[in-house]
Amino acid sequence: MTGPTKYLSGVVPMDPPGTFLHWGVIQISVANLIVIVLMIAVFVAALVLPFPGRKK
Amino acid sequence: MSPRSGDERMWTARLRNKAVAGFPPERLLPDRQPAYVASWIYVFGVATLAALVVVLVTGAVLAIEGPQWWHVSTAGRFVNSLHLWSVELFFFTMVIHLWGKFLMAAWRGRRAMTWVTGAIAFLGSIGTAFTGYAIQSNFDSQWITTQAKDGLNSVGIGAFFNVLDYGQMLLFHVILLPFVLGLLVVWHVLLVRRHGVVPPFADIEPSKEADTSTAEPTTPLAAEEPATEEPAAEPAPTEVMT
Repeated sequence: MTGPTKYLSGVVPMDPPGTFLHWGVIQISVANLIVIVLMIAVFVAALVLPFPGRKK
Repeated sequence: MSPRSGDERMWTARLRNKAVAGFPPERLLPDRQPAYVASWIYVFGVATLAALVVVLVTGAVLAIEGPQWWHVSTAGRFVNSLHLWSVELFFFTMVIHLWGKFLMAAWRGRRAMTWVTGAIAFLGSIGTAFTGYAIQSNFDSQWITTQAKDGLNSVGIGAFFNVLDYGQMLLFHVILLPFVLGLLVVWHVLLVRRHGVVPPFADIEPSKEADTSTAEPTTPLAAEEPATEEPAAEPAPTEVMT
């Protein structure tokens, strides 16, 4: 591991295999779940945050 | 730009007239937008396009330099990572764009083909991304392709291509699918320019839903004309300034 990856790995463990969550037949990696949650958060933020320059 | 007498016999004149009538320059490159576009939810379409540009540029650099470069050199690994993360951003913004447009029922006002081209471009993007994972030329791509061939064979489409064929996947990823995807994206954007951005429900009276040209701007950010029943009709002169 070289370059910026070396420093990033100090914060986020990159060597071990991914962690998976299971609910019955549903299986999802924590990484994918985080991305989906982020997408929902950004979507909601886009709906509620005021757009710069828009007048009421 | 009307042809001179007799020019109609030439296919170039007919094509030019049709193109200019369907896509007048002020519609292709507008300097005003409807007031309702002043919302973050309308940003994700162009964010997807911006990410796509980075994907294409970094992909071109990777194609020029080759696998040895992107696996070993620092610059190669950096561009390889840029390619990966721009794809992640591309899908991230595209899915939010899809959610927004689905909940707006963006196929309203004769925009069905805009919706369809976007949906097919989304599916094509999945195939393009998959073939990208298949040609990483590492153990990750080996794992992905050996697993994928079973899934593809189980649904009966494994006879048409072989995901374990590196050369075939490489050509799919760098020529065939980007070409098809590029055409779909250009078509999608041209349709958005022609029909206008779909207005929110609140701006349309139910009886006039098919004809959205009456949607009034609500803020002074405004004013491309929203779509009309006849898409090539003259713009509605109701709009404000940027």
